[in-house]
Amino acid sequence: MSKQDISPRDGAPAADIPALVPPVNIVEDENGITLTADLPGAARDALSVRVDGDTLTLEAPIRLGEPAELEPLYMERRAGRYLRSFTLSRELDSTAIEAKLKDGVLTLRLPKQERARPRRIEVRSEA
Amino acid sequence: MYPSLSSLPGDLFAEFESLQRQMERVLGARATSSSIRAVERGAFPAINIGSTPDAVEIYAFAPGIEPDRLELSVEKGLLTIAGERPLPTPEPTATTGVYARERVEGSFRRVIALPEDADPDRVDARYRDGVLRVRVAKRESSRPRRIEVRDAA
Repeated sequence: MSKQDISPRDGAPAADIPALVPPVNIVEDENGITLTADLPGAARDALSVRVDGDTLTLEAPIRLGEPAELEPLYMERRAGRYLRSFTLSRELDSTAIEAKLKDGVLTLRLPKQERARPRRIEVRSEA
Repeated sequence: MYPSLSSLPGDLFAEFESLQRQMERVLGARATSSSIRAVERGAFPAINIGSTPDAVEIYAFAPGIEPDRLELSVEKGLLTIAGERPLPTPEPTATTGVYARERVEGSFRRVIALPEDADPDRVDARYRDGVLRVRVAKRESSRPRRIEVRDAA
């Protein structure tokens, strides 16, 4: 096996670091969408949740805090960062997104705009 | 030879997946000799193992688990990481929809064969940011030692 760090050292430009697409669960209810993503090794201060136009991007470096002299023996995770994007739809209020990171799990709440919340539409029978 | 061809008028995605599996079989690491405990890609938790002069370090990517629900044991040179990850993803109902359900849920178990020089009596485990880090110290006798060459005179 070639010598390779288990996670990248600080200072490497992000675009050069191989990225892993994190698994997510996405659930929608009447008032919004809840997205949960597995980001083990992502610290809160380094996590970035960005909305650019209608694109939501999650990005975080993977930091394990391993000792400098560590030599890899076996690796299933080689990526140095997480990266995933989603296209938002217009009824979501991108200014009111709430993010929470705990034990490597990111929970994002994307509320719907007030006017996009459901109204019950009466179906009338034609008598 | 191409069993997928016989089921052609099927779902395109199923076809694609089966093709992908065939590619993995042909190109993947499985083509050569692999560990007897090798697992399918995507096993949970993913594991990295590294070594320092003093210890073997195992990193298990197991996010969202209460540390007291992680079971860790060393027996006969095998390190076992087991636990459960219940996820509160609701089933689709009249008012909720589920669009993605990619995160692994339920119970998991992974077994790692420790190197010969690992000392099962000195294991230290920490859980941070969803990564379980297990440090197994190496036996004193296996650490590199510098041997002084003395002048015979």
